[in-house]
Amino acid sequence: MGREEIFTNIKAALRTQDRMGTVLRTEGDGSKDRMGTVLFCPFQGQNRTVPILSLEPSPSVLTVELFIDLLVDYKATVECADDSSQIAVLVARFLKQAQAETCVVPPGLDPAWFAAAQTAGIQVRVDNPPLSKEELDQTSAVITAACLGMAETGTIVLDHRADQGRRIISLLPDTHICVIRSDQIAAGVSEAMVHLAPLLQEGQPLTWISGPSATSDIELSRVEGVHGPRNLYVILVT
Amino acid sequence: MSTSSPPHSATASTTPPPVAPPTMRRTPAPPPGRLIDAPPFPQGAAEALKNQQLRDNMRHATHTIRAKRARVTAELPNWEELRAAGEAIKNRTLENLDYYLEQLEANLIKNGAQVHWASDAQEAQRIVIDLIKAKGENMTHQPTPQEVVKVKSMVTQEIELNEALEAEGIAAWETDLAELIVQLGHDRPSNILVPAIHRNRDEVREIFLREMKLYGKPAPEDLDNDPKNLAAAARLHLREKFLRAKIALSGVNFCVAESGTLVIVESEGNGRMCLTLPETLISITGIEKLVPTAQDLEVMLQLLPRSSTGERMNPYTSMWTGVTPGDGPQEVHVVLVDNGRSRVLADPVGREALRCIRCAACMHQCPVYEKVGGHPYGSVYPGPIGSVLTPQLRGLDSAIDKSLPYASTLCGACAEVCPVKIPIPDILVHLRQRVVDEKKRGHRGLEQSLMRLGGWVMAKGSRLGLAGAAAGLARALIRKEYLRSLPGLGKRWTAARDLRMPPRRNFRHWWKHERGGQA
Ligand code: SF4
Repeated sequence: MGREEIFTNIKAALRTQDRMGTVLRTEGDGSKDRMGTVLFCPFQGQNRTVPILSLEPSPSVLTVELFIDLLVDYKATVECADDSSQIAVLVARFLKQAQAETCVVPPGLDPAWFAAAQTAGIQVRVDNPPLSKEELDQTSAVITAACLGMAETGTIVLDHRADQGRRIISLLPDTHICVIRSDQIAAGVSEAMVHLAPLLQEGQPLTWISGPSATSDIELSRVEGVHGPRNLYVILVT
Repeated sequence: MSTSSPPHSATASTTPPPVAPPTMRRTPAPPPGRLIDAPPFPQGAAEALKNQQLRDNMRHATHTIRAKRARVTAELPNWEELRAAGEAIKNRTLENLDYYLEQLEANLIKNGAQVHWASDAQEAQRIVIDLIKAKGENMTHQPTPQEVVKVKSMVTQEIELNEALEAEGIAAWETDLAELIVQLGHDRPSNILVPAIHRNRDEVREIFLREMKLYGKPAPEDLDNDPKNLAAAARLHLREKFLRAKIALSGVNFCVAESGTLVIVESEGNGRMCLTLPETLISITGIEKLVPTAQDLEVMLQLLPRSSTGERMNPYTSMWTGVTPGDGPQEVHVVLVDNGRSRVLADPVGREALRCIRCAACMHQCPVYEKVGGHPYGSVYPGPIGSVLTPQLRGLDSAIDKSLPYASTLCGACAEVCPVKIPIPDILVHLRQRVVDEKKRGHRGLEQSLMRLGGWVMAKGSRLGLAGAAAGLARALIRKEYLRSLPGLGKRWTAARDLRMPPRRNFRHWWKHERGGQA
C-alpha cells in the first residue's frame, strides 16, 4: 500500500510545471531526465570540481605531511616506521603509553607487528573465533591495518577486511593503533572515492575515522573521546 | 533480555519529579502537547526572548559554529563549485526520484536488507513497532520488556516515533550526547545539529545527576560541570545500554542508489555502536535522502561536515550495504518514509527545500534563530529550513504552520551559506503568498493580521539589534511579496565574514602545489 501510493504521488509530482512552465520530466518511464540525458551513464564531470590526483606511484611528501599534520590536529599520535620491526617497537610503546593490558588483533594482521608487545607481557587476542562483545568491552586496545588515508581531511578509512577485522573490534577498545602505508594516502575525498566506490559495490562496510571520537554538545567545548576509542595512534610506514 | 532493568520508582529522585510518574513510563516524559499545536511563531518567540540564559547560550553557540564554518569553507578554493555540484546532484536525484528509489530498493534487497515503505507517520510507526515486537516474541510467547538504542535521526522525531514506542511499552534510548541531555531533561531538541544548544554545563550536570539513576547507570555522585566529565558520565551510562541492546534504530544521512549503501555521519561513536553491536538494525529515512552514485556521495561528504560542524571531516562516517555476514547486525531493515515529501515535490518553488542535507548552517547563520532558539518554530526542523520545510510537509493548516513563513527578515544569510543552494527567502515569499491565497479562498480577509505577524519579526528584529538597514529592506520586501515579486536579496548579513580566521598555512600551501591551478 505505502509503496504504490508513494510512487504514484512522486510520478504525479514530477509532471507538474515549474514557474517557468517547464515540466520536470517529460518522459514518464524514468529512463530520461529533463535534460534528455539517458540515465545509467555516470554523472559526467558535473560533480568533479577538482582534477583527480593520481595515487601512483606514491603521494608527494607534501601530501604525506598534510596527512600527518591534520591527524596531529585531531589529537592523534603519529609516528613513522620503516619496517615490521620498527612497527613492532612502536606498537609495544603505544600500548604501554595507553596502559593497555590486553589487545585484540584481526585474524589477518601481520603477527610480526605485535610480537614485541607480547614479549613485553601484553595479552594479545586474535579475533578468531570472534570474541564476544563483553570480551571486547574488557579489552584495552586494538591494532589494525587500514584501507586508505585522505590527506585533505586527515581521514583513515577501514574496509574491514582480514587485516582490519570486524567493525566491532575497532570500536569497543579504548585505544586504537592503526598502521597505514604512505602509498595508501590519497590526496582528498575525490581521489579516495575512486578507490572506495568499487568496495561499496561489493557490499564492503566502510568506516571513516578522522581523529578520535569527539563531542561539542555541551556549550560547544570540544571533548575528545565519547563512545569510540579515546586514543588514536597512527603508525605511518614510509 | 534478562538483564533489562525494571522501571525505577519516582521516589529515587531528590528533586521535583518529572511530568509523568516514571513508574508508568519506561523513558523520561517529554513536555506535554504536540509540536504542531505550538502557538504561532511570534508568541513562542516572545516567550523565548524572556529567557536571558537561552539567549546567551544561543549567541555563543551560533557565533562559534559560524566562525568555524567560515574558516573551513574559505580554505577550499573550489567551495563554490562544490556547492553548485551539490545542488545539481540533488536536483538530478529529485527529478528522477522514482527511478533512483527503485534502484536503491533493488540493491538493498540484493544485499540482504528488507525494505519497507511508509506513506505517513502512522504507517512508519506501525512498521517499526511491528518489527520490534516480532523480535520480542520468544519461544514462550511471553512478552519481554523491550528496548532499542537510537542514533540521532530527524525523521524519527518528525514521525514522533519515541512516544509511539513508549505507548507500546518499548523504551527507546537516545544515544547522541545532546539527544541524551534532551531526553533526560524532559525537553525537546532546539537545533538539529546541537540539539542541546540551549543548555549550559550546569544544567547538564543537574539533569545527569537527577535523571540517570532513574533509567540506568547513575552519574558519579561527585560529578562536576566539566564537559569532559559530563561526557564520561554519558559514556558509562550508555555503554551499558549499547552492550545490552538487541535492536538499534538509526536515521540515515545519505543512501547511495547504485550500491544500496547507507551512510551515517557522526562525531561521538554512538552511531558506530548502534550500527555494529545489536543483532537487528532498523534504519528510517525520508525518501529524498538519496544520491545516485558513490561519486555523488563524495561531493556530499565534503559539503556536509564543513557546513555543519565546521570540520574538514567529522570524526566518524559509517557506510554499510545490507547485511555483512559475520560483521554487525545480521537482520537489517530500511524504512523509507514519504510523510508529505511527495506533496512538496509537486510544488515547483517549494520542492527546492527537498535538497536539504540537514547541515544546520542556515540556522546558525540566521539572526532570528540566534535570538529565539529552536523551540518557537514548533517543529523538529527549526530555523530557516524549518520555516520552509515544516509548513510544506505538514500543510498550511495549523496556526504555527501559517506563521512560520513569516518567521524571517528575508535577509538572505541562510541562502548564502546553504551547501546545496536552497533559495530559502524565495520559498518563504512563495509560502507567504500561499498562506494569503488560502485565506482569501476562505473569505476571511485576514491579510492584515498576517502582515502583523511578519511585522512582529521585523519590529522585534530591530529592537534586538539586527542590522536596521536589513530589516528596513525586508519590510519593503514584505510589502512587495503581495505582488508576487521575488526578493533581490541585495543586502547580506555579513557577521560571518567578520569572523573569518586565516586558513591554515600548510593547507593552502599544499593545495597550491598539489592541485595547482585551482588555488
Ligand atoms: S537548508 Fe541548506 S543550510 Fe539549511 S540545513 Fe538544509 S542544507 Fe543546510
